Amino acid sequence: MSENNNQTKPDRQVWTGIKRGQSWHPVEWVAEKLIFLVSLTAIVMVFLIFAFVTREAVPLLLGQINSAATQTVIPLADMDKTPPEVLQAYLELTPEQFASMDRDTKLLLMQTKLDAAKEAPDDKDARINTTEWRYLFWPYKWTGYDQPSFIWQPVSTIKKYNIVPLIVGSIKATVVALLFAVPLALAAAIYVSQLARPKFKEVIKPAIELLSGVPSVVVGFFALIVIATVLQKMFGYESRLNAFVAGIGLGFAIIPVVFSIAEDALTSVPRSFTQAALALGASRWQAAWQVVLPAAIPGVFAAIVLGFGRAMGETMIVLLASGNASIMSWNLFDSARTITATIAAEMGEVVAGGDHYRILFLIGSMLFVVTFLSNMAAQLVMERLKKRLEGKA
Amino acid sequence: MHPSPTKDFRAKEFRYSSFFFTGITGLATYLIVALLGVVLVNIIIHGWPGLSWRFVSTIPKKDVFDPATTGILPMIVGTTIRVVVMTVFVLPVGVITAVYLTEYAHNTSVMTRIIRTAVNNLAGVPSVVFGLFGLGFFINFVGHNLDLVFNNGEQAWGHPSLIWASLTLAVMTMPVVIVATEEALKAVPPGLREASLALGATKLKTIFKIVLPQALPGILTGGILAVSRAAGEVAPILFTGVAYYMSDLPTHLTDQFMDLGYHVFVLSTQSPNIDQTQPILYATVLVLLILTFALNIAAIFVRSKMRRNMRSLH
Repeated sequence: MSENNNQTKPDRQVWTGIKRGQSWHPVEWVAEKLIFLVSLTAIVMVFLIFAFVTREAVPLLLGQINSAATQTVIPLADMDKTPPEVLQAYLELTPEQFASMDRDTKLLLMQTKLDAAKEAPDDKDARINTTEWRYLFWPYKWTGYDQPSFIWQPVSTIKKYNIVPLIVGSIKATVVALLFAVPLALAAAIYVSQLARPKFKEVIKPAIELLSGVPSVVVGFFALIVIATVLQKMFGYESRLNAFVAGIGLGFAIIPVVFSIAEDALTSVPRSFTQAALALGASRWQAAWQVVLPAAIPGVFAAIVLGFGRAMGETMIVLLASGNASIMSWNLFDSARTITATIAAEMGEVVAGGDHYRILFLIGSMLFVVTFLSNMAAQLVMERLKKRLEGKA
Repeated sequence: MHPSPTKDFRAKEFRYSSFFFTGITGLATYLIVALLGVVLVNIIIHGWPGLSWRFVSTIPKKDVFDPATTGILPMIVGTTIRVVVMTVFVLPVGVITAVYLTEYAHNTSVMTRIIRTAVNNLAGVPSVVFGLFGLGFFINFVGHNLDLVFNNGEQAWGHPSLIWASLTLAVMTMPVVIVATEEALKAVPPGLREASLALGATKLKTIFKIVLPQALPGILTGGILAVSRAAGEVAPILFTGVAYYMSDLPTHLTDQFMDLGYHVFVLSTQSPNIDQTQPILYATVLVLLILTFALNIAAIFVRSKMRRNMRSLH
């Protein structure tokens, strides 16, 4: 009996709501409009997230931020000649602060600026605005380094904001996570949806879904305390916390994601496919591997893309288990610092509105764009798959 | 109960490849469950001895790292308040959105597709980006402007606090509530709606008196899952309200708060003596895990019960 009742009849699936009653009710009309307005919240929120995360990075994109250690100074005598906007930016004040200060306070601030300029480091790099694009993405030969290098060093006299090491760190951890989680999750999805007995399926699915209920800070803690020690004993590498450990930890977090989406896709392949294959003499495994999996392959792709997005955006696990040293290295067993961990670790210590603060929002918006695009791609693929399977069924 | 066709129509001959690969994939499945088991058993074994009534009911007075005097009452209270406040905001919005999508909108309309895409995208935004959003929007924009309008620029709202952390989490968990409620609403048989309308009830009355009560367990599941998800999240509250240490419980929505998940992070990374603090670290993790897992299991239970009821209605 369960077999037939599980599948809703097609005409029930296209249910699009109730026709309004015969007479026109103003209350009904108002309620419908209100409900519609509230349902727009999700769209508004996605838009607001994009707008307000990038908003804080806009001055950086427009080149209005200068992070040079030595700045051009305005002599005290020129104070009245300089336009107020320039003066306000020069003194690093908000408009409200600027308006509330009297002339003497401003003079005093200018004097401190002058004094600071006198003590500024005597360095060829001191006048460089390190927030320009080429210092963010290209290697540069900093004083004290014998070759051009990628350096993320936001807390020092000359603040170096090269984000390539962070991107490399994120990619390393993500690749390890995918290599660990995808084969396991896919195999489990094939087993649960095609090969296992229905009763077994009813037990195993909630168990794997329960894994997604483990908070990421707990997975991170487990990676830090247990996995790191075990793996170090197994492989004998030098730094205890590294991209590899973080990647394995991330794998724990993305297994349920990849599993549940791949399992959905495989289950949505019509049963007639399997039955036809079995009728032709294929074994259960052959039917699953050569008929059902190829039919559901876009869904599997979507599962991997969503897993990638989750791994890139996961914060607490990498913050706890990756070691957090921003070394530019492709070695998996070196300590690594990811984009998310950098934001989480450094946002608490920055001056609001300063160049470091804006850089963190910039990499945050980059992260948002990357995950947004991978989400859209996965959704498109899934929708097409659904249409194709429904057409064939 | 008749057996399913795929179970009976098995290939007659025994094939080694089939046997082998079924074994391999089955092994992978067991391995995943075993990994979950290892995590749970490890945490329970190490966490249980450190757990005591004193530990969960004490407000630490000065040193959170001293196993003899520390406690986690303020963290439990902080986490509880922030998820309760979040629920107050997220449930109505999520349920109304789901009602629109299932009862009013046409499945194929452009608007519905845009809303669905937005919901799916919202579910994929990294949690740390929600933290940045909370800081950039709620604190620096909403809070700051509230201060300018009502407080003459004096800081009362424009700083990290409970309310902003809860609102950030509400935005984050909206997709969870929407998806669960939608599923529940779709499971209500159309016949019930038709019967109600045929008796002369209006559409709004039908939704409130017939559809929503029927879907209540599903909505409850969505709420529980959202709470469980939010209770364990740390990244979104890092910049929007959590405090490293507070000597007292929060009393206003504009206070900062201590949090269980964040406390796990603090104990793991800031401890002056790792061996000494390990027992309280494990105990804190265990409390957090019990909290989130109890909620998760409750959700699974309510959902399976709901599905059984629905089946008998169809």
